[in-house]
Amino acid sequence: MSPELINLIIQATGESLFMVGVAALLGTVFGLPIGVFLATSRKGELFAAPAVNAVLGIIVNATRSTPFIILVVAIIPFTRLIAGTSIGSTAAIVPLTIASTPFIARLVEAAIREVDAGLIETASSFGASPLQIVFKVLIPEALPGLLLALTLAVVSLLGYSAMVGAVGGGGLGDLGIRYGYQRFMPEMMLAVVVVLIALVQLVQSAGDYLARRVNRRLRHR
Amino acid sequence: MVRFEGISKIYPAYRGKPGVNALQGIDFAIPRGSITGVIGRSGAGKSSLVRLINGLEKPTTGRVVVDGRDISALAGHELRLAQRSIGMIFQHFNLLSSRTAAANIALPLEIAGWPNAEIKARVAELLALVGIADKHDRYPSELSGGQKQRVGIARALATRPSVLLSDEATSALDPQTTRAILDLLANINRELGVTIVLITHEMSVVRQLAKEVVVLDSGHVVEKGHVADIFTHPQHPITQSFLAEVIGDSLPVSLASRIVPEPLTGGHAVIRVQVRGAGAGDTLVARLARELGLDVSLLSARIDEIGGQHVGSLTLGIPGGEAAAGRALSFLSLQQISAERLGYVA
Repeated sequence: MSPELINLIIQATGESLFMVGVAALLGTVFGLPIGVFLATSRKGELFAAPAVNAVLGIIVNATRSTPFIILVVAIIPFTRLIAGTSIGSTAAIVPLTIASTPFIARLVEAAIREVDAGLIETASSFGASPLQIVFKVLIPEALPGLLLALTLAVVSLLGYSAMVGAVGGGGLGDLGIRYGYQRFMPEMMLAVVVVLIALVQLVQSAGDYLARRVNRRLRHR
Repeated sequence: MVRFEGISKIYPAYRGKPGVNALQGIDFAIPRGSITGVIGRSGAGKSSLVRLINGLEKPTTGRVVVDGRDISALAGHELRLAQRSIGMIFQHFNLLSSRTAAANIALPLEIAGWPNAEIKARVAELLALVGIADKHDRYPSELSGGQKQRVGIARALATRPSVLLSDEATSALDPQTTRAILDLLANINRELGVTIVLITHEMSVVRQLAKEVVVLDSGHVVEKGHVADIFTHPQHPITQSFLAEVIGDSLPVSLASRIVPEPLTGGHAVIRVQVRGAGAGDTLVARLARELGLDVSLLSARIDEIGGQHVGSLTLGIPGGEAAAGRALSFLSLQQISAERLGYVA
């Protein structure tokens, strides 16, 4: 493989990491509070608002059921509004964030619901406010689950990021399609797949390691 | 002091489940500095009752007054402030797995907004109080059940509450650990003067620790008073059944299977004698034998001490047929000791 092609792979890897990293960060910033709210707003819960919970649940489900490639083209005007352009890696962050936010929210909801309800009662019994319960009890206790959720989200985003090549988003997926498929360069396709596999392995291992580190339910000594 | 005034608690019907009258007509006071046991079967309303005291539940009617303040009328920030003067410990300890023993104890202090330096000093003091100063940096997963409950107790006492609520706090512990935890609670009551309200379904817990007892059944208070009075003269069937657990009212299996209703020649009459009161039963068998001039045999016996009073039952075998049994019963009734003829054995 020529140095030019290797440079292309390095550049595309950088684009992928940029898109996925920023989208995962923004997805967490938006998804975490939505997920916490979904997990605590049913009838009788901490922030009980069953109607809002139901509406939010429908929005989240609707976003999650839209195929990503359709979402990407459907929101092009919105992407242009936010990013100033609808082409390139920066623009691709917009649909990636919109797709990952509800996904992360559902994963966060599941992780928060795993926390023993007895702990919420305990914290209430010594006069903790709902926000104190979220920050001092729910999030710390759910942290191992939250880290695994975030890992899953990053891996999914790597998959999604391959599709934004369709709107000129760049990245590894785009490189694989243009060179590997359209220019009949199977070695390029193979290289792209190998890099993606390595990235997913790396992310998953790091996530597993961190989740284990913070999980105090297991004996360490 | 904790006072229940005309309390009822009704859980409305929800999603096809019928409504539940958890508590009805609750009217009593728990004196300051006392240790009061609330005993009842599961579903009797114990959990609801104790959660009314710290405002985790609101009564449907009536008020709950704690230290002169109507807890049931408070909400939001006011309620949270009041809750700091009421500690609670739980059957399953409810410690945060992500925090060390010290950090778990610090949690209510962080929530109350104490400065860090004061939290540190207070936590060290509490760890020493509950006897686990060496477990400062241990996570709950590294502690035994008894140690976890000690952390729970230290956490409940952190904000210097005047009332400590115990929700089946020893039900998940083995008998030895239970004893140690109950001793610790007794010490805390004595040294800090904290009013302790313990709910339990175990008679042995009430017997060991409580001075006052409230017996709950189907949401009603069926009996209340000093532990010694209630358990030496139980009135309600529920109280009697709790007492039976301690004094073992049932006959040994081998005896129960041989017992017949009609007298047998050369056999024994079986008489059960209730023992109640200080020193009761000490010389009873000897006096009965002397009175009858017969060899009275002891078939089974169980005597326990509850609140300084002897409580139990003796099962005696009386030779000499129906006549001797009749004399024994009239002798006992003259002494105002309650006894009954269960039957005869060969």
